[in-house]
Amino acid sequence: MRYIIGMVITLSLFWLINSGMYSGLLLTLGALSVLTVTWLLHRMDVVDHESIPLHLLFRAPPYLLWLAGQIVLSNLDLVRRVWRPGATTDPQVSRVALEQSSNICRVTYANSINLTPGTLTVEMGEDSLLVHTLSREGLESLTEGEMSRRVSKLEQ
Amino acid sequence: MLTLTVIVILGVMLVALLRAYTSPNVFDRILAANLFGTKTVLLIATISYLLGSPAYLDIALAYALINFISVIGVLRLTELRNARRDQEAEKP
Amino acid sequence: MSTILAWTSDACLLVGSFLLLTGALGFLRFNDFYARIHACGVTETLATALIILGLLLQSDSATPQFKLALILLFVLFSSPTASHALAKAAWNAGLRPRDNSGKRGIPLPPRER
Repeated sequence: MRYIIGMVITLSLFWLINSGMYSGLLLTLGALSVLTVTWLLHRMDVVDHESIPLHLLFRAPPYLLWLAGQIVLSNLDLVRRVWRPGATTDPQVSRVALEQSSNICRVTYANSINLTPGTLTVEMGEDSLLVHTLSREGLESLTEGEMSRRVSKLEQ
Repeated sequence: MLTLTVIVILGVMLVALLRAYTSPNVFDRILAANLFGTKTVLLIATISYLLGSPAYLDIALAYALINFISVIGVLRLTELRNARRDQEAEKP
Repeated sequence: MSTILAWTSDACLLVGSFLLLTGALGFLRFNDFYARIHACGVTETLATALIILGLLLQSDSATPQFKLALILLFVLFSSPTASHALAKAAWNAGLRPRDNSGKRGIPLPPRER
C-alpha cells in the first residue's frame, strides 16, 4: 500500500511541476491521469519495492555523490587518452565477480560500470559480469572492488 | 556561448551521420544513430535557450524517451534476426 | 552575483562543448567497436551533464530548471542501459573486441569464445 501512495505522490509532483498551469479543468484532468496510470501500473503488478525503492531513499545520495566523482575522474582519463597521439588504449576483457544478491543492486552495479566511461558491462551472468575496459588500470580498479563494496553497502 | 555550443553539437551530429552512412557493420550504425539521438536532445534544449522559448524543453524531454526506446527496439530486431539465423543454421 | 552565474554557465557550456568534441574525435579515432562505445560514453555522461548544468544556471524560473534536471536524469538512466544493450547484441552476434590497432583480437577470459 505504501508503494502505491509513493507512486501517487511521485506522479502528482511530476504532473504539477511539468504542467505549470493550475486551472480547475486541468487539475481535474491531471488527477484523472495520475489515477489511471496508477491503476494501470497496479494491474501490471509492477508497483513494489523494485520500482519504488523507498528503502534506498536515504542510502543512495552518498553513493551517487561518490559515483559522480568517479565519472568525472574517468572522463578526464579518457580525454587524455583520446587527445594524446599514438596508441593510447590497451583494451581488456575479463569476468568480474558479482556479489550482490538483490536485482536492484545488481542492476545498480552494472549501470554504474557503464556510466563511468572506460568500463563497459557486456554481459550479465548469475554470479559474474563480463566487462570490457579500455585500459589495464580500469580493469584493476574494478577487480579491486571498491565500487562493488559500496553497492553492497546499499543492500543491507 | 550558446551559439558556439549549438555549432559544436551540430558538428558532432554531422560526424555521427557521416559515420552512420559509411561504417561497415550494423552495430556501428546503431551506435552512431544513438549518438545522433542523444545530441538531438541537447540541441533542442540549447536552442530553446538560444531562442528564449522554454516550451521547446517539453519536446527535448519527449525526445530523450523516444530515443532510448528506438535504440532498444532496433537492437531487439537485430537480436531476433540473429536468433532466427542461428535456428535456420541448425536445421539440416 | 548574476555575473558570476553567467560566467559559471559559460564555463560549463565551454567545457561541455570541448568534451563533445573529444567524444566525436574518439568516435572517429578508435579502431575497435567496443572502444567507440567508450568514446560515446564521454559525450553522454559528463558532457551532457555540464551542458545541461550550464543551461540550468541561465534560467531564472523553476519549471524549466525542473525539466532540464528531468532530461539529465532520463539521459543518465537510459544511456548506460542503451550501451549495455548494444554491447550485448554485438557480443551475441559474434563481434569480438580487438586491440588498439583494430587488427588482432585480444585474449578472452576462459570459457568464452
